[in-house]
Amino acid sequence: MPTHRKSYHPYISPFDPCPPIKTKTYETPAQLYLGFQPKGLDQYQPSEALKKGTLWPALYSPYTSPYEKNKRE
Amino acid sequence: MWYYEKKLQYPVKVSTCNPKLAKFLIEQYGGADGELAAALRYLNQRYTIPDKVIGLLNDIGTEEFAHLEMIATMVYKLTKDATPEQLKEAGLGAHYANHDKALYYENAAGAPWTATYIQAKGDPIADLYEDIAAEEKARATYQWIINMSDDPFINDSLTFLREREIIHSQRFREAVEILKEEQGKKRIF
Repeated sequence: MPTHRKSYHPYISPFDPCPPIKTKTYETPAQLYLGFQPKGLDQYQPSEALKKGTLWPALYSPYTSPYEKNKRE
Repeated sequence: MWYYEKKLQYPVKVSTCNPKLAKFLIEQYGGADGELAAALRYLNQRYTIPDKVIGLLNDIGTEEFAHLEMIATMVYKLTKDATPEQLKEAGLGAHYANHDKALYYENAAGAPWTATYIQAKGDPIADLYEDIAAEEKARATYQWIINMSDDPFINDSLTFLREREIIHSQRFREAVEILKEEQGKKRIF
């Protein structure tokens, strides 16, 4: 499974006015990787699918704030 | 900063005084998917995009200004010797009333350029997808203008500009692939 969040280290100038955020993140959700959805993918139970917004784990992209560490599933 | 070279990226020649064609070309000057919108969109988005693709936005944004200058040259040449009467016949009466023969950032229907044409979402994938869409829309606009134009010299320049849209779209698509790459994974070409 591809990761849903990537990170990079932006250039930090010695003259930056604020304390630098050394690592920045961006989202790369599941649909970027799937291509044309293949038949017969694994499915969630209906009750869980209703809650998650999709039938397929392959298309589920969790999101939590990157500013709150360790809360991600 | 920029260095300026006092020449066009590709030659612009015009066969006949044709203010009607100028009215259509203005779409690529100050329209939603025109060269001004493109240049400002990319050069603005580059600040908040991962380092690996900043240079691409910088270079393409710069090239868009070279394209803007080509469109400006075409519009200028097509209108500079037209009489007010000819401009009126070409549907440029309202333009003439407001601007004489000056160029203005507006679309083919005369609506002034607005920053709402461009977006900077801060999400690198969303921004690059907008950029790809903008290139495809600009390519389509060039096609429709070529379809209406019977000036072989203008069409030669427009064909060059259309091809550049295709290349830019390809580069933005490659940028998405770079951002999708898993970290710490070897790249295979």
